[in-house]
Amino acid sequence: MKKNVRVVIARLGMDAHWRGSIVVARALRDAGMEVIYLGNQMPETIVKTAIDEDVDIVGLSTLSGNHMVLAPEVVRVLREKGMDEAKVILGGTIPPDDIPRLKEAGIAEVFGTGTPLKKIIDFVSGSI
Amino acid sequence: MYTRKIKERDDDKENPIPDRGLFKNLSGFKIKAVYGPEDISQFDPENDLGLPGEYPFTRGVHKTMYRERLWTIRQLGSLDSPSKAGRRTKKLLQMGATGISLCLDMPTIMGRDSDDPLAEGEVGSCGGVSIDSLEDMRNLLEGVPLDEISINFVSNSQSPIILAMFAAVAQERGVPLELLTGTMQNDILKEYQAQKSYYFPPRPSMRLTIDTLTCCNEHMPRFNPISISGYHLASAGATPVQELAFTLANGFTYVEEGIKAGLPVDSFAPRLSFFFKVHNDFFENIAKYRSARRIWAKTMREKYKAKDPRSWLFRVHTQTSGSSLTGRQPENNVIRVAIQALSAVLGGTQSLHTNSFDEALSIPTPRSEKLALRTQQIIAHESGVTNTIDPLAGSYYVETLTNRMEEECEKYFKEIEGLGGVISAIEKGYFAKAIADSSFSYQRDIENGKRTVVGLNEFVEQEEVDVELYEPDPRFEKEKILDLKDLKRKRDNNSVESCLNEIREVSRGSENVMPVLIKAVRAHVTLGEIIGVMREVFGEFREVSAY
Repeated sequence: MKKNVRVVIARLGMDAHWRGSIVVARALRDAGMEVIYLGNQMPETIVKTAIDEDVDIVGLSTLSGNHMVLAPEVVRVLREKGMDEAKVILGGTIPPDDIPRLKEAGIAEVFGTGTPLKKIIDFVSGSI
Repeated sequence: MYTRKIKERDDDKENPIPDRGLFKNLSGFKIKAVYGPEDISQFDPENDLGLPGEYPFTRGVHKTMYRERLWTIRQLGSLDSPSKAGRRTKKLLQMGATGISLCLDMPTIMGRDSDDPLAEGEVGSCGGVSIDSLEDMRNLLEGVPLDEISINFVSNSQSPIILAMFAAVAQERGVPLELLTGTMQNDILKEYQAQKSYYFPPRPSMRLTIDTLTCCNEHMPRFNPISISGYHLASAGATPVQELAFTLANGFTYVEEGIKAGLPVDSFAPRLSFFFKVHNDFFENIAKYRSARRIWAKTMREKYKAKDPRSWLFRVHTQTSGSSLTGRQPENNVIRVAIQALSAVLGGTQSLHTNSFDEALSIPTPRSEKLALRTQQIIAHESGVTNTIDPLAGSYYVETLTNRMEEECEKYFKEIEGLGGVISAIEKGYFAKAIADSSFSYQRDIENGKRTVVGLNEFVEQEEVDVELYEPDPRFEKEKILDLKDLKRKRDNNSVESCLNEIREVSRGSENVMPVLIKAVRAHVTLGEIIGVMREVFGEFREVSAY
């Protein structure tokens, strides 16, 4: 039987906006998932935690505009280290035009501003 | 008779006034269908309100308010590169803005130079300007009349350095420091509570704040060295009453720290200023401003024994609510901003920044920021609300809310005092948890439909967002790094080294850091280098996770 869904949530790079990441972390925890909340981290550290904690989902949050550089970097390092299964999802202030490019770079789903929590919970719990 | 009639109506079981449990404001106060004289039976206009410009200033800090001078129409001039930001600033002023706010990009906010590996992908981000060195500050302020325009630096942990650069540029241009107006946000307490862009633990940070305060006190008497900010608390999720209570508690903490540092209260309190957010609830917001002025005035006079009436004034800048904007049907945000702005004006703000409608998606375009500016001008010049001061005074509802806000604040003050004051409460994680709880319950109300957000959970359309968005300049980061590397090669690196050693020494001791910082920025020591040395001395703060 599969263990509980394990999720690491991080604010990407230096972005200080924490509201979304905390609210999502709580919602996932309340939905019965195991959540590791990292605060601000660069891709290398996020990936290291993802491996150490053997997570199913890497949840990234950013509102600062660093997503086009740092989010694909997380996917790249994750795959490079052999974590092929874990999915990377992204939330925050993301211009709609960037979404197709982020998906091409391996981001499994982008949850922009105004996304209902339920949609995120359903996606995460349906991912394993 | 009238009171009895209202009561009978409230109690009419056959034709009850609807109560779906929804009639609550954002602070969670239950709102009655009708307010009447019984709600303000103790109302004493002379003591509770005073006249505009008179103690306790409930009706406004100035005698003449907007009849004599409008609030400062203050829009965001920042953009990735210092020169572009300078151009944007001048354009806003030409269009009728009367003040400017300048935000910093994420690396500058976090105390890192553009060439720091941690800054990758973030240089010039977030609508903020990238400031590494004095050269950047020169470019930013080029052609901006520093003795005429008030600039609000949205700068916090790095404020001593930004202040040093600002002062150095003014001196180079021959503008006397005593003529400089404007504001440094410089509110470190709310960084720990909400915005999370701190470097050092609270106590050394507070020492730096007091250093800037003392420096401005001596040399820049027209400049506001701190803008005590509720905005970030509210953006992170604090309710309006929490925003009010925590902001005031922080304000009183700065007052106490200033007094502890040996400054007479009236020497610095007149320059303390504030920054509020306008939430969506129109009347609740107005009450928040009115009770803020009253609480501040009373406490400053009675508890802190301030004698100078200017020390009693709660002067406030306001920004409309970025977190209330939706990415869906973004044009709706124009209306949200207009309603919020009107509420801030009726609340008696001294300065106002209206958000652009596309900010839930990206940073503003020239078109959207012009519309935001024009929104204020329409309120100011067409709506007629500036003709009379505090027009809602005496309203049963608004006076009741104003009183209630004050009562609830007192409860929060006691709770914070019980935890040993603001700094101890930060160290115990109190604020982060209180704000996270509010934020979570707000989101829950939206999710379960208790709170309607038009276009988001009701009146939803399956539409593609069809607005033109700002395109960040992809070359900027590389260019900025090259410029910085070039500067680091060309400057006198021996004098850089000796300045950094001096900063290390002064940081270890208790002398004011400002003189050595001004010397250092003139020698082209960068912001990241200075913060780096201070990190060695002061250590770094780690957050207590609040989820």
